Amino acid sequence: MSEHGERSAPGKGLVNGLAVTLKTMTRRSTTQQYPDVQPELPPRSRGVIALLEENCTVCMLCARECPDWCIYIDSHKEEVVVPGAARARQRNVLDRFDIDFSLCMYCGICIEVCPFDALHWSPEFEYSELDVLDLLHDKDRLGAWMPTVPPPPAHDVLGEPSKEEATAARKAAGPGAPTAARTARARPETPEPGK
Amino acid sequence: MPLWLDLLVRVVAVVAAFLVLPLLVGQAEHKVMAHMQGRLGPMYAGAFHGWAQLVADGVKFVQKEDITPRDADRRVFQLAPVVALFPYLIVLLAIPLGPGGLVAQPLDVGLFFVLAVLGIGVVAVLMSAWASANKYSLLGGLRGAAQLLGYELPLVLAAASVAMAAGTLSLPGIVEAWSPWWLLWQAPAALVFFVSGLAEIRRPPFDMPIADSELVFGYMTEYTGLRFAFFLLAEYVGIIVIAALTTVLFLGGWHGPAAEHLGWLWTLLKVFAVSFVIIWLRVSYPRLREDQLQRLCWLVLVPVALAQLVLTAAVKVAL
Repeated sequence: MSEHGERSAPGKGLVNGLAVTLKTMTRRSTTQQYPDVQPELPPRSRGVIALLEENCTVCMLCARECPDWCIYIDSHKEEVVVPGAARARQRNVLDRFDIDFSLCMYCGICIEVCPFDALHWSPEFEYSELDVLDLLHDKDRLGAWMPTVPPPPAHDVLGEPSKEEATAARKAAGPGAPTAARTARARPETPEPGK
Repeated sequence: MPLWLDLLVRVVAVVAAFLVLPLLVGQAEHKVMAHMQGRLGPMYAGAFHGWAQLVADGVKFVQKEDITPRDADRRVFQLAPVVALFPYLIVLLAIPLGPGGLVAQPLDVGLFFVLAVLGIGVVAVLMSAWASANKYSLLGGLRGAAQLLGYELPLVLAAASVAMAAGTLSLPGIVEAWSPWWLLWQAPAALVFFVSGLAEIRRPPFDMPIADSELVFGYMTEYTGLRFAFFLLAEYVGIIVIAALTTVLFLGGWHGPAAEHLGWLWTLLKVFAVSFVIIWLRVSYPRLREDQLQRLCWLVLVPVALAQLVLTAAVKVAL
């Protein structure tokens, strides 16, 4: 009874319908028994943001780039006396690093912009609260997520090499060698030297 | 065995079947439907794969407030669920389970009795529809009346064919007279009976009187709590009754290997197999439109049933 003129055998659609449901019944269902069985999350899952406090230099890039301004940073300067140096050095000390997860939209820009790898995605997602104010994670709580950060997945063999690798390869090849960017633009199909 | 004890055993057995079999079918429906849709269905109630889900549902329904709308016709409104449920209980009395009088009440006019009692269902639908004082209920009820009255005809004609073939109206007598080649001979009648039986119990794809996407919940819209549970129970008992009647009339009831001892088991197995098909059809097919429903009844099922009657008569005369 198709609208396109051709008529299949009468009742074929009915039999097909029965076959589909019967076949589906014999297959395993896709339901995940979530509270009983933890889901297997893919790498780079965006669960919660973890802070590695030692890496933070209070450069404020994350707080400035955050689209909804949910990162709050306070710091003070501390003098570090280095013996033998002419003057005491100054160092930023982090007083407060809060992320308000009731505002966060999990865009990951803060993690992208952090020049010192102080912020990381963790796949943990079970941190709902009864009070919305409790979603403001302070730096201790953000630091406590750090052990849950998985090791970075292996590099994609078909992808471009990382910037560090490309730079190292170029330096090893000597001056005047093509940079990774130039190679990629000019001859995208040729493999990188030194790979 | 004294008469009263004999009577008591029979009645208790029928009531037990009336209460247990629908729960089994309901649970099977939950699970089969879920797996056919790639889900798991109830998993928590009763700790093992949700076996107690319907018990939990029953407890929930009992706890709910029993609301009667202000403008409703109170008496009729409250009586309708019972009228919906009761005929099926009566029908179960006459269905033979095994050979040698394993039936609650052997009747010479069993088939006639069963079909007559099944017809009461339409009264319950009209009662609940009219008494609810709700336009959706009324629309659903009128659809239900048109559907039930229409499909009564092919149902009775198909049953008449098998009664002619067996030469008796007694249900045990029909099973007794049945032989495997009837599967072929009475196949059109079996199909007509099964389809119109589905329509009689208003199961999808014949659930236009309920049609939750058009009529809220049809004639059941205003019902809550225990009375709504009665309607649901009536639906599941209806599955059992239609499956049992199809089994007894067309699939040979207790016939099977070692029928002398395991006849009841064969009957139950066939009933559950047919119930599975009823659930399967519900999952697979969308609801028919109202005009398609009437076309199917009057232009397909009734002519097929009449042709089957002619065929049955011809074979009967020739033999």
